[in-house]
Formats: sequence, structure tokens, C-alpha cells
Amino acid sequence: MKHDDVLGIAAQRRRTTLLLAGLIVALLVTGLVAVGTGAIGISPATVARIIGHQLTGLGDVTWTPPEEAIVWQVRLPRVLLGMLAGSGLAVCGVALQAMVRNVLADPYLLGINSGASSGAAAAILFGAGAGFGQYALSTSAFLGALAASLLVFLIARSGGRVTSMRLLLAGVAVGYALYALTSFLIFASGSAEGSRSVMFWLLGSLGLARWDALLGFGAAVVVATIAGLTVTGRQLDALAVGDETAHTLGISPDRFRMRLLVLVSLCVGVLVSASGSIGFVGLVVPHLARRLVGARHVRVVPVSALLGAILLVAADIVARVLLAPQEIPIGIITALLGAPFLLILIRRLHAQ
Amino acid sequence: MITAKDVSWRYGAKPVIDGVTVEARPGRVLGLIGPNGSGKTTLLRLLHGALRSPTGAVAVDGDPLTGLSPRESARRMAVVVQESGGETSLTVAEMVLLGRGPHLSTFQRTGADDHEIAARCLARVGATHLAARPFAGLSGGERQRVLIARALAQQATHLLLDEPTNHLDIRYQHEILGLVRGLATCSIVVLHDLNLAARYCDDLALLSGGDIVAAGMAGEVLDPAVLEPVYGIGIRRVDLDGETHLLFQPLEEAPA
Repeated sequence: MKHDDVLGIAAQRRRTTLLLAGLIVALLVTGLVAVGTGAIGISPATVARIIGHQLTGLGDVTWTPPEEAIVWQVRLPRVLLGMLAGSGLAVCGVALQAMVRNVLADPYLLGINSGASSGAAAAILFGAGAGFGQYALSTSAFLGALAASLLVFLIARSGGRVTSMRLLLAGVAVGYALYALTSFLIFASGSAEGSRSVMFWLLGSLGLARWDALLGFGAAVVVATIAGLTVTGRQLDALAVGDETAHTLGISPDRFRMRLLVLVSLCVGVLVSASGSIGFVGLVVPHLARRLVGARHVRVVPVSALLGAILLVAADIVARVLLAPQEIPIGIITALLGAPFLLILIRRLHAQ
Repeated sequence: MITAKDVSWRYGAKPVIDGVTVEARPGRVLGLIGPNGSGKTTLLRLLHGALRSPTGAVAVDGDPLTGLSPRESARRMAVVVQESGGETSLTVAEMVLLGRGPHLSTFQRTGADDHEIAARCLARVGATHLAARPFAGLSGGERQRVLIARALAQQATHLLLDEPTNHLDIRYQHEILGLVRGLATCSIVVLHDLNLAARYCDDLALLSGGDIVAAGMAGEVLDPAVLEPVYGIGIRRVDLDGETHLLFQPLEEAPA
């Protein structure tokens, strides 16, 4: 037995590092392929050179200006938004599953997407938030998400504590109420065109992505969330075991859960306002990550972030190619892929 | 040393612990005994701060518990609670390593020292062979031993255990309590089994209806005249080779 690694922890760390490196490579490759895929196909190598040229100004121009515009202006922001949404939703799923100690928890459990949907519907159908110009839709959706999570938070909180059961129930109740509100708005507007675009948005889409402040803000929030959750991995481990366990290990479960709730609400709110509701990523990816690296959150969080990004970018390729030139809302793809996957997981869970 | 002065707790309107004062002295094992619903577990929770008493105060080594940060309090007190661990998929080794958390800063990973301490603590509860197994797949007794290993890995100066012998077979009941007895820590144990209490506790506090009705050296508290009215059962005490043994006999119901 090696003296310095009695419990095999160092070996696990090496395996995780290798896995992370592999996932980063896979993400880059998927990203290049995704940027190259579309009505006008561009080889991944050319995509890489165009991006390199844009970033550093180096390399000879061997491509046409329209190709450059397609890569840089149209597809790259879209793929980046896909990566952000995939990784953000996945790590928020991890955090929520630890917080409420339920493997079926999902970022949308907190009613956040219902709130964002109501906000988006109000913007599309009734011009809410028109003062924000090009950000009208996302601002309105974000405010809706914020209002929903505040509401859930206030209902779930009593006597300075947020318990997991109350959080679950409050999220479900607020979610249903706001879902009804969105449907009501669609009916009240009486606009067929408007309800179509609300529908499209509800199913999730990366089509609104461009180089704007929203993408930058989203990137900052997602990176901060991944970093924050990775650093607090040990606390998440303890919280996932139980409140009393967390307390005996020197963590205040109520305060920690409240902090997590703020972080997750902000991250999901920003993502939903940028890309609509994309389901199943936050539910399925954490399971996948745990199968790969076990339960420690310090490993599960970064692995989930990379897996989520890869999955969503790949799903977006499918969404664009399957019925080309028509584009399928990406939420349909993630649900189609995610649901059977979840069923397999449930069967395995019972088999154990 | 843990001292609680005039602590109380109520669920709704019903007081569960009603102005209790108790002291656990260094290097000794204090047993909390009493029938079901007498408030043993609630008192233990008040002592380690999972519940905050609205009255009185708890102090650890003279410092008020309310003034200690959660981390500092976890460095002084390790607690084994009765919590199932739910759906966690942590392995046994990872579970025990969680006990090192209070000693690490937020950004610090567990190091070789921590791994060695965890491995040693697993060995002490006879659970080395379980290290790589998923915690959720263990039997009740195995879980209990792993949780005790985690508490040991905390290397705290105080050890609080809520019915640690639950789920354990007779051999491990004695091994675990023997282990606790052999530690230099100030230990508090909630126990159901009065014979285990007699054998492994230095001091006892007998609870009944949220109040301490008797406290002192184990030999004094385990007096049939004190115990019988509290437990409602006939008790005979036999002292054999300096060891106290209690024999139980249901009381004859007086005809109504």
C-alpha cells in the first residue's frame, strides 16, 4: 500500500484531472464543428483560423468575408450562448439537487422559468419593457425570473430558515401559478403571431445570441457560479447528506442554502432570459457527472459544467440540421434526448 | 467541558426541555438516560447548538456557544446524529473525510495528513474494509461505525453521540462504547440501554418529562428506587465484581 494515498484519493484526483482535460478538448471540438455547421458549411479548421484571426489578427485570410461574418457574427455567439446555458443549467441543477436532497430537482423547480416566461410573454405580446430597446425581451424575462424566485424564497422562508421541503413546494406552487399567468397572457392578447413567438421562446432557443451586453453578463454570471460552487464543494457534500450533518461539520445549513439560492436564481434567471426554457440539462447532466466521478461536488461541479456545455452545443447542431432549413427549438431536442435517458437512470436506481 | 445552564426548548406549546442545567466534565463520559420522549435527544441538540435555547446558556470550555463560529464549534465538538444520510452517493472514505472539513480553509483540499487520519479512524471502528464502498449501501450498523469514524476524524475535544449503539450488534455496542470510554475527550452519550450506561458512563443524568430528575455518578443514579418510578418497571440491581447489572421485571398492574 502506498503510504501517501491510503484512501485512493490522489488516484481519484488524477483520474478527474484527465477526465476534465478530455472534456475540454471535446468541448472545443464540438464548438468548432457547431460553428461550421449550417446552410453554408465551413470546415472546423477554417473556423479555428477565422476565430484565431479575429482574436489575434494573425494568419493569412483564406476565406471569404461572408464566411467570416457567418462564423464571427452569427454562429460563434450562438455556440457560446449554448455553452453558457448548458454549463450554467447543469451546475445549478447540481446545486439544487444538493440543496433539496432530491435527485429529481432541476433548475426550473424554483419557478424561475415560469416567471421568465411570463415576463417574456408580457414583452412579446404587450410590449412590456419596451424602454429597454433591444434588451426589452431579456430584461422583461429577467425581471419575471427575479420576481418568481423572490416569491418562492419568501414563501419558503419562515423564521429565518429555508427548509428543503418548503422550498420544493413553494417552487412547484409558484411555477404552476405563473404558467397559468403566461397562458392567460397568450389568450388575452388574441394575437396568433405573438403567441407563436412566445411558444417558440418557451421551448428554448439560442437564436437570439449576438455579441451584446447580455452575452457578456451571462458569461460573467455562469463563470462565477461554476467557481463558487466548486469552491464550496465540501459544504455541498455535507448539505447533501443532511442539515444536521452540515451543522455538526461547522456549516450553517440555513445560511448556506440561502446563499446558494441567491446564486442559482441569478444564474438561471440570466440564462432563461437569454435562451428561453431549455429543460432536462439541469436534471440529467448532474446524474451523468456523478456516474463518472462519484458524489464529491468539487469534482461533480466542473465535470457537469463541461458535460452540460458539450451536450447543449451538440443538441443545438441537431436542432439546426434535423429539419434544415427550418430550426427546431432546442428545448424539444434536449427533452427528446433527456427523457429516455432519465428513464434509464430511474431503472438503474431501482436495480441497485 | 460543556455546561448548560437553565436551557429549555418547546415544540409548539409543549415544553420538551424545561429549564435544565447539566455539566459534562473533561475526560469523562456523561450518559443521558430516560424513557422515550423524556427529551434526551433534544437536550443533546441544545448542547451542540443545533437548537438554540431561548433561555439560559450553553458554554464549551467556558466560552458561550453563541459566540463560536459554526466552524470553531465543529472543531471543539464532534457529533454523531441519527440522520440516515438520505440518497447520498458518497463513498465511506469520502464520508469520513468530511470530518476533516472544520480543519480546512475554504480553498484548501484534504492533504495526505487528512487521509491518514481518516484511514486511522476507519481502522479504529473496524471499518477499513468498507472504505471504497458507497455509504448508502451499508447496513445500519456499518453506517453507525462510519459516522463514528467521521466524528473521530474531526479530532474534537468533545464528542456527542445520539444513541450510537442503535443498529449495532452486541459486540459492536461494547466495542464502540469501549472506544468512547477510552478517549481522552469529554463525551456525552444518549443511551437507551441502562446496562450499557452502567458499564461505560462515568456520570449519568436521568431525564423524565423534560427535566433532569437525577444526576451524578453512574452508581448513584442507577438506583432502583430512582429508576423504577421514571421507567415504570421493576428493577433489581446486582453488583457483581464491582460491575453494576440491572435486571428488569414488569410491575404487577394493580387491579382497577
